[in-house]
Amino acid sequence: MSKTQSADVEFVTAWIAGQLFGLPITRVHDVFEAERITRVPLARAEVSGVLNLRGRVVTALDMRRRLGLPPREDAKNQMAIGIDHGGEAYGLLVDSMGEVLKLSADTMDAVPINLQRDWAAISAGVYRLEDRLMVVLDVDRVLDFGKDTLAA
Amino acid sequence: MEDLLKEFLTETSESLDVVDTELVRFEQEPNNAEILGRIFRLVHTIKGTCGFIGLPRLEALAHAAETVMGKFRDGAPVTSEAVSLVLVTIDRLKSLLAELEATSAEPSGSDGDLIVQLEQMALDGGAAPAAPTGEVTIGSLAPQVLERQLRPGEVSLDDLERAFRDTPGPGDKKSENREADRRTGERRHPDTGPAGNQTLRVSVDTVERLMTMVSELVLTRNQLLEIVRRHSESEFKGPLQRLSNVTAELQEGVMKTRMQPIGNAWAKLPRIVRDLGNELGKDIELEMHGAETELDRQVLDIIRDPLTHMVRNSADHGLETPEERLKAGKPARGTIRLSAYQASGQIVIEISDDGRGLNISKIRSRAIDAGLIAEGDHPTEAQLHKLIFAPGFSTAEKITSVSGRGVGMDVVKTNIDQIGGTIDLKSAPGRGSTFSIKIPLTLAIVPALIVQSGGERYAIPQVAVVELVHRGSNTNLVEEINGALVLRLRDKLLPLLSLSQLLKLPKREAVEGAADAETEAFVVVMQVGNSLFGIVVDDVLHTEEIVVKPVAASLRDIKVLGGNTILGDGSVILILDPNGIADSIGATREERTLDDFSRKEATVEDAAKSISMLMFRSGSTALKAVPLSLVTRLEEVDADKIEFSSGRPMVQYRGGLMPLVPADENAKLRTGSTQPLLVFTDGGRSVGLIVDEIVDIVEDRLEIKVASETPGVLGSAIIREQAAEVIDVAHFLPLGFADWFHGKQGASHEKRKLLFVDDSAFFRNLLAPVLQAAGYDVMPVSSAKEALTLIERGMQFDLVVTDIEMPNMDGYVFAETLRAEGRTAHLPIIALSSTLSGAAVSKGQRAGMDAYVGKFDRRGLLQALKGASVDMQEAA
Repeated sequence: MSKTQSADVEFVTAWIAGQLFGLPITRVHDVFEAERITRVPLARAEVSGVLNLRGRVVTALDMRRRLGLPPREDAKNQMAIGIDHGGEAYGLLVDSMGEVLKLSADTMDAVPINLQRDWAAISAGVYRLEDRLMVVLDVDRVLDFGKDTLAA
Repeated sequence: MEDLLKEFLTETSESLDVVDTELVRFEQEPNNAEILGRIFRLVHTIKGTCGFIGLPRLEALAHAAETVMGKFRDGAPVTSEAVSLVLVTIDRLKSLLAELEATSAEPSGSDGDLIVQLEQMALDGGAAPAAPTGEVTIGSLAPQVLERQLRPGEVSLDDLERAFRDTPGPGDKKSENREADRRTGERRHPDTGPAGNQTLRVSVDTVERLMTMVSELVLTRNQLLEIVRRHSESEFKGPLQRLSNVTAELQEGVMKTRMQPIGNAWAKLPRIVRDLGNELGKDIELEMHGAETELDRQVLDIIRDPLTHMVRNSADHGLETPEERLKAGKPARGTIRLSAYQASGQIVIEISDDGRGLNISKIRSRAIDAGLIAEGDHPTEAQLHKLIFAPGFSTAEKITSVSGRGVGMDVVKTNIDQIGGTIDLKSAPGRGSTFSIKIPLTLAIVPALIVQSGGERYAIPQVAVVELVHRGSNTNLVEEINGALVLRLRDKLLPLLSLSQLLKLPKREAVEGAADAETEAFVVVMQVGNSLFGIVVDDVLHTEEIVVKPVAASLRDIKVLGGNTILGDGSVILILDPNGIADSIGATREERTLDDFSRKEATVEDAAKSISMLMFRSGSTALKAVPLSLVTRLEEVDADKIEFSSGRPMVQYRGGLMPLVPADENAKLRTGSTQPLLVFTDGGRSVGLIVDEIVDIVEDRLEIKVASETPGVLGSAIIREQAAEVIDVAHFLPLGFADWFHGKQGASHEKRKLLFVDDSAFFRNLLAPVLQAAGYDVMPVSSAKEALTLIERGMQFDLVVTDIEMPNMDGYVFAETLRAEGRTAHLPIIALSSTLSGAAVSKGQRAGMDAYVGKFDRRGLLQALKGASVDMQEAA
C-alpha cells in the first residue's frame, strides 16, 4: 500500500496547441500570467523575452516554438509555468493550464519511438489517461535548449 | 571542533600570507626589528595554535622556522638563502593546511628534510644553540594567541583607537608604520596590548545576502517613487522621500562592507616578484601605490589573478636582465610599479615597468604565425599592441616556469571584460610598458543611461558613455557610406552603429506616431578602451541607478547584453555591454581611436602617413581614391531624376541645378536605379562626380607611387594593399562650371605667381593643381631653403603658401626670414598645417603669417588666397 502511494507523482498539466503536457509538480515553482514581456534581441527564437515576477527576472520560453509549433495567434492571458533551473528562473509559456493530476509512476509509458525527434528529445514519457494522452516533459531537457542545438 | 578548526585554518592562512609579505620586506630591510618582531610573533602564534589544537607536524615545522627567526633576532646575518628557506617552509605549511582543510586531519608524513635544514641554518647563523624562544615573548604574546586577527578589509576600530592613544608621541616610528602599511597593503596588526573587540568577523554570505536585499529595497524604492511621481498630490511623498534617503544610505553602508582595499589582491605580489627575480636572475623592485584604494570584493576577486599574471609578465617579458639594463644605460634594478586610484566612478589600476617595451616585430611575426594578421598587413603599432590580448598569443620565446602556464593576456582581458572593465596599454621601445585597467567601483548597482530604440528601452552603463549628440538637420549630420553610418564630430568621422540594427530590431514603421525625425534622433558616444564609437538610438530617456542582474545562462552567448534590470516602473529592461558592442563593431573600425579625435597636434608625418581616403569605382573595376576631406557630401540620387541640359547631365539638388561630371571617361550614368555621387561644394556651388560605387573609407598612409599623365588622375597609390588611382579633384570641378575658379578671380587676368613650399610630395601633387586651377602660376618647391634660394636669385612671387612642419627649416622660421627681408617683408604668407591648435595659430601670427589653414581644407585655402589677393589689390 505504502509502496504504491510513494510511487504516485503529481503533475501540473498544461495545454499547448491542443496537446496535454504534464510537468512533475516538484519542479514547478509557480504558475502565473506572463505580462509585459521584454523582448530579448538576438536571442534564440524560443526565448520570448524577460519579465518581472515579483522582483525576480524570469526568462520566458515559448513552448510552442520549443516544440516547433506555429506561434499562438491570441497573445492575451498568456499563462506561464515558473521553473527554477540551475538557480535561474524560467517561465514556460503555454496556451492554458489544466488540472493537477496524481498518477502512478508505474503506469507511465515510454516515449513512442515514432515521436518526432524534437518532441522525443524533451519528453520523459506518456500517460494514457481515460480520454487522452498526456506527454510528460523533461524539464531539464526543455531548458537545455541552448546546448542541444549548439551541438547539432 | 569543526568550527574551531575552520577558524584556525582561516586565521593561520591569513597569518602565513602576512609572513610571506613581511619576509620579503625583511630581506630588504634586515635591520628593521619591527618587521622581524611581527614575523616572529606570527610564526610563534601559528606554532602555539598548532600545539593547542594538536597538530604536531605543523607545530614542529613552525617551531623550526621560529628558531631561525629567533637567530635573526639575535643578530644573525639575514641571508637570501635563509629567507628562501623560511619561505619554502611557509609554503610547506600552506600545503599542509590545504590538506588539513580538505581532509579535516593533519596529513601524515614528516618534514624532516626541511627541519634539518632549518636547524642547520639556525646553528650556522649564530653561536648560541637553538633554544626555544617562547619565554622571551610570553608577555606580549599571550593575548595575541587568543586575539582574533583582523581580516583583510575589516574596518578596524582598533587602528583608530590606537591612533588616539598614540597621539602624544607621534614619532618616526608611527609614520614608518603607515608607510609600511601603504606599501604592503596589509592592515596593521595590533602589536601593543589586547585591543577591544571592535570588529566582527562576518561571513561573506551574510554580506552578500544583505547586498541582495538592499538591491531589492532599491528596486522597491524606485517603484514607489515612480508611483508617487504619477500622483503629484500624494501624502506618501514626505515619508517616501525619507525612505528614499535611508535606502540610499543603507545601500552605501552595505556597499562599504563589501569594499576591500586593493592591497589585499596585491599582498602576495612582493613574494612572487622576489621569487621571480631570483629565478630569472633579475633585480626587481616592486613599487605599490594606492594599496588602500577600495574595491568591491566581487570585483577584487576577479581581478586578483589578472593582476598577478600581469606582474609576472612584466617581470618575465618586460624587464631585462641587469646586464642588458646596464648596457642600455639603465639602472640594473628594474622597477615594476603598481598603482591604483579612483577616478570618476571608476578604479584605475596601472601596472608599468621600465623594461624593454613590447617587441613590435616579435608580436608581428607571432601574429602572422597565429594567423591573426596576414603577411602583407600593415597594422599600426597600437593595433599590434592590441594583438597581445588575442586568444593563444604569447611572445615568450621559451616556455619558462614563469610564463608558459597557459594563461595569456586573453584571459586577463576576458576577466576584465567580465566585470565591465577595460584594459589598455602603452609601450615605448626601451622605456617600458604600462597597462591601465579601468574597472567599475562595484558590479551590483551602476548608474546607467536609459535609451529607447525600436520601442524598447535599454540601459547603457554610464562609465562607457562619453557624450550625447542630438542628430540635427544641419549640424551633426549623420552620413552613410555604403551602408556604414558615420557622424562628423569635431572634424572627424565617428563610426556609428544603429542600435536597432545592432540588435536586429524590427523596423519601426508600424509604430504609431513615430515620425521619421523621432527615430534615431540621438547618438550616444561611447568609449571602450581606446575605441570611440557612437550608438544611434531613438530617444534618451533618463539616467537611473540600476541593479544589475545577470541574464539567464541560455542568453549569455549574446555578447552585446550585459544583464538585465528591473526599472522603477516594474518592467524588465536589458543592459547593453559596451565591450560586446565594441567587439561587434569590429576590429576594422577599432583603429579610429579616441586619440584620433582628441589629438589635434598631429604631425605632418602622421598626416602624410595616414589620411582618410574615400575609395570608389568609376568606369572600370579599378579602385579610385580621393581624400575624404575634399568631399563635401556623398549622395545617391534617383537615376530618373537626372536631366540633361545642353547635353550635360544635371540634377536638382538643394534648390538648384547641380551639374554632374563623370569621374572617369568610361563612367556611365545609371538608369532605373539610384546613382551614387560625390558632391563637391564650394562657394554655394556644387558639382556631382558620377561614380559607379562607393567602396569604403580607409585610413592609410598614402604615397603616390606613379604620377599620371591622364588628366584627372594625380597618380597611383597603394592603399590597403590595393592599387588605386588618386583622382585630381581640381580637374573635375571646372568641368561642371566653366568658371568654377575664375569666378572668384574677379577681373584680374594676369596670373599671379605663387610659391608653394611643402616637403611632402603628396601634398605638392595634391594641392599644386588646385592652386593652378585657382588661377595661379604655381612654383612648387620641397623645402624652405629651396624657396629662399629662388627668391635670392631674384624670382618674384606674389604669394607664398607654405607648410609648417618641415625638416631643417620649418614654416615659422621661413616666414620670419621672409619678413626680415625688405623685398619679401610684405609678401602674403599662408601657412598650411595639420596642426590647428590655438597655440600654433598664434605662433604663426607672431612669425608673420597672414593666414593659417588646415591641410585638407581646400576651401579654406582658396578663401585665404582670395583674401590675400584682395589685400594685394588694395595695397596696389
